[in-house]
Amino acid sequence: MKKLICIICPRGCHLEVDENLNVTGNFCSRGAIYGKQEVSNPTRMITSTIPITGFMVKMLPVRTKEPVKKALIMKVMKEIKKIVLDRPVQAGEVIATNVGNLGVDIVASATIDKETKQY
Amino acid sequence: MISRTLVIIGGGSAGMAAAIKAYDLGVKDILILEKGRVLGGILNQCIHNGFGLQEFQEELTGPEFLARYAAMTQERNIEVWFEHTVLNINANKEITVSSPQGLVIIKAQAIIFTVGCYERSAGAIKLPGDRPKGVITAGQAQYYQNILGQKVGKQVFVLGSGDIGLIMARRLTLEGAKVLGVAEIMPYSNGLNRNIVQCLEDYEIPLYLSHTVTKVIGKERLEKIEISKVDANYQPILGTEKIYEVDTLVLSVGLIPNLEIFNNPKFVTSSTRGLLVDNHFASEIPGIFSAGNCLHVHDLVDFVVKEARIAATNAYHYLQNQNEVSLQEFAVLKAKEMGYLIPEYIRIHQSDTAVTFQFRVRFPILKARIKLLNAKNEVLFQVVRLYLIPSEMVSLEVKAALFLQNSEPLHYEVEVLE
Ligand SMILES: Cc1cc2nc3c(=O)[nH]c(=O)nc-3n(C[C@H](O)[C@H](O)[C@H](O)COP(=O)(O)OP(=O)(O)OC[C@H]3O[C@@H](n4cnc5c(N)ncnc54)[C@H](O)[C@@H]3O)c2cc1C
Ligand code: SF4
Repeated sequence: MKKLICIICPRGCHLEVDENLNVTGNFCSRGAIYGKQEVSNPTRMITSTIPITGFMVKMLPVRTKEPVKKALIMKVMKEIKKIVLDRPVQAGEVIATNVGNLGVDIVASATIDKETKQY
Repeated sequence: MISRTLVIIGGGSAGMAAAIKAYDLGVKDILILEKGRVLGGILNQCIHNGFGLQEFQEELTGPEFLARYAAMTQERNIEVWFEHTVLNINANKEITVSSPQGLVIIKAQAIIFTVGCYERSAGAIKLPGDRPKGVITAGQAQYYQNILGQKVGKQVFVLGSGDIGLIMARRLTLEGAKVLGVAEIMPYSNGLNRNIVQCLEDYEIPLYLSHTVTKVIGKERLEKIEISKVDANYQPILGTEKIYEVDTLVLSVGLIPNLEIFNNPKFVTSSTRGLLVDNHFASEIPGIFSAGNCLHVHDLVDFVVKEARIAATNAYHYLQNQNEVSLQEFAVLKAKEMGYLIPEYIRIHQSDTAVTFQFRVRFPILKARIKLLNAKNEVLFQVVRLYLIPSEMVSLEVKAALFLQNSEPLHYEVEVLE
C-alpha cells in the first residue's frame, strides 16, 4: 500500500494504491490514472547546471532529454556533475549521451556563444 | 528629450509578451528598457521545468521558455536598451533612466510597466536573533547556485513553503546538500502540490506546517536555528522549541510587486501592493499600464504572458483613441475571503466584451459560490468553483453587457459551501 498526493488538480486528493495498482481516495478518474502511473513507473525530468568555460556565462542550464525513472535521479546527477563544456552550445543540443550507461541523454537548455551576456 | 510611442519598462516575460503583442497590433515604435544585460528576467535562473504548458503545450525549462520569447522579440526587431534602469516616471509620462551614458529622459505616449517583483527578506519578517552569514532568500540562493555555480550550503533549512523555497530545497539536495526541513507558519502549504510532491516528498524532506523559526543563532556564520510550533494566532508555543544545526537558512517568505519607481501611494493598492489598475490594466495615470509580477505575483508564466498581451492590447487601444470615454465606471470591493482582487475599479468601454477578475483566496476552500453583488445586494453574477487554494490564482470572466446599466460600486461575496 502506497500513500500519495494527487498533483493533477488543486484538490490534492490523498490516494492509496495497493499491490494490484487499485487506487482509492481519488475524487475523479484522473487521480486513478495518476496513482497507477506514479506507483508503477514514476519518472521525473532532471534539471541542473554544468560549468562552461571560455564565455562570459559561467554555467549552462541542462536537463535530461526525457523524464527518467525516479530511482535513477541521484545516479544521473552524479553523471551530470562530471560534464564540463568549453565550446559554444545550442539550446536543445545533446551534450552527453547515455551517461553512466544509464540510457539517459543530457540536453542543453540554453544557447551560449561569444555573444551571450551574463544575467 | 527622446520621444517614443510605447515604452515597456522591464524585459522579463511580461515585457517581451507585451512588446510582441503591441508590435503585432501595429505599434512599431516600441522601446524596451531593461536594467540587466539580458532579456527574460527571473526566468534566467529558473532552470527547472514546468513552464509553458498552456502557451506551448510543452513542458519547458525557464531558459527554454525565455529563449522562445526572446526569439519572437528579436524577429520583430523590437528595440531593447540594456543596462537602462528606470528611476522615475512622472504624470506626463516622462521617464528618467539611469544608463552607462548617464541620465536619459524619454517621453512616451504610453507605458507598460513590467518590472517584476522582489523577495521579502529576513528584516522584512522580523526574524528573531542574530544576523550571521548564511541567511539568504530563495531567489538569491537560486542565483548563486544556478547562475554563478557557487555552492550555497551543506546543512540547510528552508523557512516558508513558497514555490521558490520548495524548488531550492530540491535543487540544493541534488547538489549534495542535506535539507533538514521546511517550516511553514500557516497550517497549509503555500506552494503547489506538484512542488510539495516532487521537491519534498521525492527526497524525504519533512514539511513542518504551523511552525516557524523563533531564533537565529551564529556569530559570523549561521550555526543553529530554533524552530517552534505556532498556535492559531501564529504565536510560538512555549516548550515546542527544537534546535537544528545548519549553515544555511533559505527564506521563501513571500514576493512583493516591485514598485519603487512609483513611490506615490495614490497609485498603489494595499491589496497586492502593486499598481492600482482597472479592467484594462490601466493605472490611474492615463496611458500607463501594468502586467506581470509587478502587478500581482503569478505562479505560472503562462498567466503572466497572457496578462501582458491584454495590457498591450489596451495600450494599443489607448494610443488609437486617447480620449475614449467610459460608458460606466465603478469600484469593486473584494470579499473578505479574498487576499486580493484585480481589478478593483472598472471602466466599461464600447469595445469591451468581458471583464476578467483575478484573485487569490486567503485559505483553502473546497467548494464556494462566488457572487458579485450591487449596493442593493442583488446578485449580478455568480459561479461555483471547486478547490480554491491560496497558491493558485483564480480567474473569472464576466460579460461586459452585465455592467452597462451599472454605475454604483459592486462587491464580491464568497459563500463557502464545503
Ligand atoms: C523562483 C521562481 C520559480 C517559478 N517557477 C515557475 C514554474 O515552475 N512555472 C511557471 O510557469 N512559472 C514559474 N514562476 C513564475 C514566472 O516565471 C514568473 O512569475 C514570470 O517569469 C515573471 O515575469 P515578469 O516579467 O513579471 O517579471 P521578471 O521576470 O522579474 O522581469 C522583470 C524585469 O524587469 C527588469 N527591471 C526591474 N526593475 C527595473 C527598472 N527600474 N528599470 C528597468 N528594468 C527593470 C528586471 O531586470 C527584469 O528583467 C516562477 C517564478 C519564480 C520567481
Ligand atoms: S483525484 Fe481528481 S479531484 Fe482529486 S486531486 Fe486528482 S485530479 Fe483532482
